[in-house]
Amino acid sequence: MRRLLIANRGEIACRIIRTAAERGIETVAVYTDADVCAPHVAEATQAVRIGSGPVGDSYLDADKVLAAAVQSGADAVHPGYGFLSENADFAAAVGAAGLIWVGPPPEAIRAMGNKAEAKRLMIAAGVPCVPGYEGADQSDPVLIAEGEKIGFPLMVKAAAGGGGRGMRLVDRATDLPGAIQLARDEAQNAFGSGELILERAILGPRHVEVQVFADTHGTTVHLGERDCSVQRRHQKVLEEAPCPVLSDAERDAMGAAAVQAAEAIGYVGAGTVEFLRDASGDFYFLEMNTRLQVEHPVTEAVTGLDLVALQLDAAIGKPLGFTQNDVTVTGHAIEARLYAEDPADGFKPSTGKLSRWIALGGAGIRVDSGVVEGIEISPFYDPMLAKIIAHGATREEARNRLARGLRDLSALGITTNRDFLIALVKDETFAAGQATTALIGDTFPDGFGVQADDTDRNTAAQVWCQAAAKTAMANAAWVPAELMGWSSSATAQTRVPFADGAMLVTPGKDPALPYALTEDALWLTRGDKTLRFALETFGVASLAAPDRITAPMAGAITAVYVSPGDIVAPGDPVAVIEAMKMQQALSATMDGRVTEVAVATGAQVPAGALIVKLEAPDATS
Amino acid sequence: MTFEPQITKAHPDYAQNRMGMLQLVDKMRGLEARATAASEKRRPVFDKRGQLSPRERLAALLDPGMPWLELFNLASYMVDDPNPDTSVPGGSMITGIGYVSGARCFIFIDDSGINAGAMTEKSVEKALAAVAVAQRQKLPFIHLVESAGANLMAYTVELWAHGGGMFAGLAKLSASGIPVITVLHGASTAGGAYQPGLSDYVVGVKDNGMAMLAGAALVKAATGEEARDTELGGAEMHATTTGLVDYLAENDAHGIAIAREIVGRLNWDHAGGRSRAYDHPRHDTDHLAGVVPLDHTQPYDAREVVARIADNSDFTEFKPGYGPATVCLHTRLMGHDVQILANNGPIDPDGATKATHFLQLAQHTGTPVIFLNNTTGYMVGAASEHAGMIKHGSKMIQAVTNITVPKLSLYIGASFGAGNYGMCGYAYGADFLFTWPNAKTGVMGGAQAAGTMEAVARAGAARKGAPVDEDRLAKQSAQITTHFDRQSDAFYTSGRMLDMGMIDPRDTRRVLGFCLDTCAEGRRRELSPNTFGIARP
Repeated sequence: MRRLLIANRGEIACRIIRTAAERGIETVAVYTDADVCAPHVAEATQAVRIGSGPVGDSYLDADKVLAAAVQSGADAVHPGYGFLSENADFAAAVGAAGLIWVGPPPEAIRAMGNKAEAKRLMIAAGVPCVPGYEGADQSDPVLIAEGEKIGFPLMVKAAAGGGGRGMRLVDRATDLPGAIQLARDEAQNAFGSGELILERAILGPRHVEVQVFADTHGTTVHLGERDCSVQRRHQKVLEEAPCPVLSDAERDAMGAAAVQAAEAIGYVGAGTVEFLRDASGDFYFLEMNTRLQVEHPVTEAVTGLDLVALQLDAAIGKPLGFTQNDVTVTGHAIEARLYAEDPADGFKPSTGKLSRWIALGGAGIRVDSGVVEGIEISPFYDPMLAKIIAHGATREEARNRLARGLRDLSALGITTNRDFLIALVKDETFAAGQATTALIGDTFPDGFGVQADDTDRNTAAQVWCQAAAKTAMANAAWVPAELMGWSSSATAQTRVPFADGAMLVTPGKDPALPYALTEDALWLTRGDKTLRFALETFGVASLAAPDRITAPMAGAITAVYVSPGDIVAPGDPVAVIEAMKMQQALSATMDGRVTEVAVATGAQVPAGALIVKLEAPDATS
Repeated sequence: MTFEPQITKAHPDYAQNRMGMLQLVDKMRGLEARATAASEKRRPVFDKRGQLSPRERLAALLDPGMPWLELFNLASYMVDDPNPDTSVPGGSMITGIGYVSGARCFIFIDDSGINAGAMTEKSVEKALAAVAVAQRQKLPFIHLVESAGANLMAYTVELWAHGGGMFAGLAKLSASGIPVITVLHGASTAGGAYQPGLSDYVVGVKDNGMAMLAGAALVKAATGEEARDTELGGAEMHATTTGLVDYLAENDAHGIAIAREIVGRLNWDHAGGRSRAYDHPRHDTDHLAGVVPLDHTQPYDAREVVARIADNSDFTEFKPGYGPATVCLHTRLMGHDVQILANNGPIDPDGATKATHFLQLAQHTGTPVIFLNNTTGYMVGAASEHAGMIKHGSKMIQAVTNITVPKLSLYIGASFGAGNYGMCGYAYGADFLFTWPNAKTGVMGGAQAAGTMEAVARAGAARKGAPVDEDRLAKQSAQITTHFDRQSDAFYTSGRMLDMGMIDPRDTRRVLGFCLDTCAEGRRRELSPNTFGIARP
């Protein structure tokens, strides 16, 4: 392998580039117009444009990605995660083009790609599965009957699904037919297949997954488990290794089951077998992800392995070189996913310019980021900005480190979940290792937001002064530094134009906090809080008296469209005036009723003459 | 050459000097605070009208963090109200030089918190002086207007007559190519109405901003017409009907934001000042407060002051052995080459000829001159007269009057008699003239005046052969001393605008540096003049 194309973007592309670079392998990035300034483009040896922005005509377009590989002379393709990583046809096409596919064989991908088929395979291989129905007969009566057999609550899932789409929790039998219909429609739209499976709902489960790795020489090992229970809407937020509640016996059993699952489908490379673990300690196969996972760094931290390096080796047929007995787990690692989203507003993705980006890192902290300061976060892609991974000798050390790493991080200019992550990491239930998938919903039922207190406001005002002073200095001719901030009298203060109440302050010491000053807001990182202060903005002052429509110039009235009593809305034409052979329509600028028409068609009027008088609609009612 | 100061923190007089000086600085700050407090009393009215207070307007107008030099801070002190404990300084206006959108500007704000911004006895003089500074230093002139006009109860015909000079001044500014920008925050009535009329740019704040020749009351009295003030001259009316208002603003903050935008788009060259490398004084400028004895009869070495303001505290002394009481130094201040003319006592004939030579040298190379006034005057006595004091003093006065380089004058101690003239006193066209709070200026000191009158009285009595009424004489002497000393006090003279403001001695270097930059920028600036100023439609 000499030149590796990375069919991905963001942090994972950067992460793969790093390992490839260590190996002396050249890298090829693919990018869109929206990603021209993205770091993966800069970090790769070369880059190929594959589209404008939308994923459909770029990162998800197998033909374009493959063409980029051929055009750039790449001899291998790494798909990362998401996008084409679990597209068996793409994997096959890469192989057919004579390139090395850094991933499992297409057949393995295909086998796990359909939840129903995967489950049938796993049951056959003796892997514990959630009791349910994964049959081929998808008729409503059969699904309903099977559902009643399983009992409630149960989950209706798209067989081809992932990411929570096409998934429904059903509490009562009467809700089942509707849920089936909705899930089927959603699945059809999202995945092109309406096939469903039914499963007993495991309530408040822990999400525990096992990292497996297989080479082409028949060795399959597991690299321990990860607990990814802290989720919101089936999106993982915090992930850790090892799982804080697993006994060694459970760990061995789960690991063995995972290896069994991988071997059952002839797996090669890095894969993850996901399990749900209920309160009693029973666990059930959920699905297998036939790719590198977002959260793979926690496994890397505790095992000391480079999973991407292992992937590259496996792809060229090198034997793994170690066995299950060689795998050790040292300490504890926790990863937090930083998203551009608003936890106070239903986790709505946010877009815009990342005006300030600081991720200090430090001892025991790894930051895998796909952003740089000043980058534009577009609406086209996953809103994950970075992953912060803390490693410590104990879970508590890792957790405290993660809190510190998040505090040391500033992402300003767009709303992120940074403060929420800090709150989660400090949450008592999580601290106790007792988090289940229900944690976020139970603890933060109304979302999460921070409020600025007086100290925050005063600090922000000082920060604004400092920031504004820098701008002012840049705009002016050179001023001796010793004159900056100086006033000969007590009168000079600075008005800080916060939109929710301007402040008059005497500029003092620079609080020296990370900030970003944008057109309409001041952003600030202060301890656990990321603060945004909207700034005063002004438009054009509106004129009162829109009730009088007057002639803008002297001219002849060539048409009158309204009569007294007519109701008009802003923009409705009321008359036309002609002057110097130019016709100009006169329009209403308010909602109202015509009370007077002062001119008739053909009238010659001077500038400023009243044409039509209106009154507000509520004036008479 | 470096100078090693003698009066340092270790000097026995330092602590007492400093304590006395800081008390005077506190007094000055207290007076400034008095004006702020007086203005703040009107806060409820501003709040009710949705307005910013004058100081908030200033805070919104200035570029944050950039320097601000207030001018005429004590104007009017003890003028309208002779009581030093109640008199409010400032003349109902705030004036100074500061940065707006990167441009050094002259800023003139009606302090409408005080008597609704109505003029005081010194207001006209202050306004005229403000326009003169803007004209001379080529500074865009920004006026935030809200003034009730003249207080009719305090009307004097002179105020009216002199007040016209303000508008003449605006017309000249405009004709010279210096933009005049006005924001109408409130009323601009009667004569004040010509302020927007004579401005190049006018911003009017909706509802509150007004300009009219006569308000509703006067109109009713004059013609019987009943009209509301907003009809007569509201900003909206002017924005749509007369065109007097060029930009309509929703509120004060908006109006100021527009003014800032206007300045930002003036095509005003900001790139005048090149960055200069220079050294800071080796001796702490803060120590200035302890270097100078408050009693002006106690001599001190002006080089002690220079060591605290000059770059690297070094200078080259010109003719140190000739007329040594007149100190002539070449040095640098914030990277500007400057010549400093200072006094270590009375100016004698040698001192006067040396000073003249020195001033001519400054003109020769276009070097700014800083005058540090600490002189009791030109030397008197037979020897001095015989040595030609009058003609040598006259030469010096000719030189100081006619040099055209930037002249920055500071009263740092005594400045008496014609010595004040020779040292670029009030009448000598300094670009900037400031006083320290300890300074004494006048024709002579109170003791000298009393002594003179006593000698005259005794001589008169001797001529008549009458006995001297010692009691009466003592009383007269005391009266004369008080009469002179009261008027020579810096707070009194500053109130009467015999300078451009009082400063904290510890700010001296910054004030001088700022003024040197201002003068340099102004002299470098090429304006685009026109003949008649910009006419409104």
